[in-house]
Amino acid sequence: MLFQPINKSYNDFQIERDKDACINCEVCVRQCSYGAHEWDENRKLVRHDNTKCVGCHRCEALCPTQALTIRRKQSEFREHALWKPHFIKNIYKQADTGGVLLGGMGCVTGIPIYFDNLLLDASQVTNPSIDPLREPMELKTFLGAKPDRLEFEETDHGPRVKTTVAPQIELEYPIMFAAMSLGAINFNLHQAMARAATETGIAWNTGEGGLHKDLYQYGKNTIVQVASGRFGVHADYLNAGVAIEIKIGQGAKPGIGGHLPGEKIDARVSQTRMIPLGSDAISPAPHHDIYSIEDLHQLIFALKEATAYTKPVAVKIAAVHHAAAIASGVVRAGADIVVVDGIRGGTGAAPAMFRDYVGIPIELALAAVDQRLRDEGIRNRASIVASGGIRCSADAIKAIALGADAIYIGTAALMAVGCTMCGRCYTGKCPWGIATNDPNLAKRQNPDIAARKMANLITAWGHEMQEMLGAMGLNSIESLRGNRDKLRAVGLNQIELDILGVKHAGR
Amino acid sequence: MNQTESEQLLTLEAGGIHYRDLNETIRQAVADGVTEFKLTGVKGQRYIATGLKGDLHFLIQGTPGQDMAAFMNGPCIRVEGNAQDGVGNTMDDGRIVITGLAGDVIGYSMRGGKIFVRGDVGYRVGIHMKAYLDKLPTVIIGGKAGDFLGEYMAGGVIILLGLFTAKTMAPIAGRSLGTGMHGGVIYVRGALPEEQLGPGLSAQPVDDEDRRIIVENVTEFAAEFGENPSLILAEPFIKVRPFSHRPYKNLYCPC
Repeated sequence: MLFQPINKSYNDFQIERDKDACINCEVCVRQCSYGAHEWDENRKLVRHDNTKCVGCHRCEALCPTQALTIRRKQSEFREHALWKPHFIKNIYKQADTGGVLLGGMGCVTGIPIYFDNLLLDASQVTNPSIDPLREPMELKTFLGAKPDRLEFEETDHGPRVKTTVAPQIELEYPIMFAAMSLGAINFNLHQAMARAATETGIAWNTGEGGLHKDLYQYGKNTIVQVASGRFGVHADYLNAGVAIEIKIGQGAKPGIGGHLPGEKIDARVSQTRMIPLGSDAISPAPHHDIYSIEDLHQLIFALKEATAYTKPVAVKIAAVHHAAAIASGVVRAGADIVVVDGIRGGTGAAPAMFRDYVGIPIELALAAVDQRLRDEGIRNRASIVASGGIRCSADAIKAIALGADAIYIGTAALMAVGCTMCGRCYTGKCPWGIATNDPNLAKRQNPDIAARKMANLITAWGHEMQEMLGAMGLNSIESLRGNRDKLRAVGLNQIELDILGVKHAGR
Repeated sequence: MNQTESEQLLTLEAGGIHYRDLNETIRQAVADGVTEFKLTGVKGQRYIATGLKGDLHFLIQGTPGQDMAAFMNGPCIRVEGNAQDGVGNTMDDGRIVITGLAGDVIGYSMRGGKIFVRGDVGYRVGIHMKAYLDKLPTVIIGGKAGDFLGEYMAGGVIILLGLFTAKTMAPIAGRSLGTGMHGGVIYVRGALPEEQLGPGLSAQPVDDEDRRIIVENVTEFAAEFGENPSLILAEPFIKVRPFSHRPYKNLYCPC
């Protein structure tokens, strides 16, 4: 008893079992990958250990008699505005382990969510709203560099565009599935994203763990990512998709690289990443061939050379203090698409200090980047994709009004297949079969059903976006891009309004 | 661009040609079945042989520019002269021989193939090299190396000879050699000052298997540059290996 953890009984969750309803069927025992439920052979009934519960709600969701409820543990510390319970518990944990606090999913702190302070316009009397069920409503989006001007020539068959337009990604909806690597999530979900993207005419992103050869058939809807670890990156991979994304940073953990723990490197992940089984997959914090904008230019054009200038190249940066200046450099370095990922972006694993305190909200970064590129007269040279905490189609519409050409969804896409944000993705034990490569857990995600759910989410959001556009009297998403006059703010100060480029409601 | 063409051999005078045109000509020639290239008067053109695959041979005279042979999968390149930064960046397979020296970030993340540099190399060489199945990337440096040689190395072999160098006063390798390495091996001819090593690493004696790898590669190296292998092998070698293939396993606690 010399060294017993202080926090042994300060578990976060508590399992409530309605003893009258429980039929001791052991579904919960089989579903919980953390061993919180157990069959007690002596008493011939199911018991549980609250200290093992991570709050994923899998047992609650699958209990056939609704006998289970997962709650936050009721035990409360004496109220203190500064020392909130999670600070206290984290200190106990670090005192026991000496470890860096690691968490999954996005930022958990209450930094302002500007989307919630932004409101959309609608037509009344002076301009008619449009009903997308009766009239055409265009959501089609092209991502890539646009020419400074278009030149035309006369031909026998009428005028023809003379200007050579740079390669583009064609999207039926201005929404894409964000980079989530094979390894972080399993093959079933990569397959589901690829199929949902193909069905809905959008794009999904491989993340930095390569593209499994069985998914090359979905190349027309695939963006392949190149990150600092260069896992699974080779000439065929670069040519497999419709575009290439260089990952410089990620909103959930700006400034640091990634470690995919050896536990998650199974045969398929090893094969796709082209690394040994069970070895950690370490992505260095920087690309070691990129220490400047000139170096970034060099990699962008190395990728263009390797694909004979047939693919747009995107560069993803985390939203940080100087995002606007960095984005300007990225565009001048030759990127066709700039992806800006805000602090609320998700992740499978990030040191909690980075997840919660490094970076800035996407709304401010996006508005600043769009404005900067406009001021410098280079906005047409690259599309802007915003990501990091887009929760609904209204967030997406607001992001587009703030200047984005399209948005990425990662967390929302995983929620479509059951994610409950328990944030233990890095353990490889995800009971929902998402952030795990354990075949017994991964099979909980049927790729047919997962693809259906993800595609449903896209079409549902698309429908809502059409309705919102129609209500504003617009018949094309193009008319909303950077059209901040369609936004009004409530409860923001003048500096926030200036950065967002939005008037206060009432003006 | 002067072109003398035979069935499979194409000679290109590269002086004054923009890299994009030069590389487009090469790509087109490859598509037309040319397998051997001689590029003369090369003056810093970037991305030569980048993304190319198959049984192709390049003789390059002059100084090829940044990212030569990036993402390359198979071709052989001989550079008669110096090379700049980024040679063999994320290369999959192939063989690169450089008779002079080479710049920074050589063999970054390379997964297979061999790079032979007769002279010195710059900083951050062999970072995150990785081996996979039968692929074993190998970089052999005849001269000295700058800082961060083999950082984050995940697989493959680096051999550092320290012989053919213009940096007479410098240590054989710069600071932080092998920092964060979690796979692969670095062999160094002669002694390696302990303070040049990354955290947790140490110089160890080589065993018979190491010796076999060293002899095989040094013999190839010597043959490429007309040197006597037994003279190179006369000095003992030491090796640097990772202390764990999971160096950061115990760094974290869940919150």
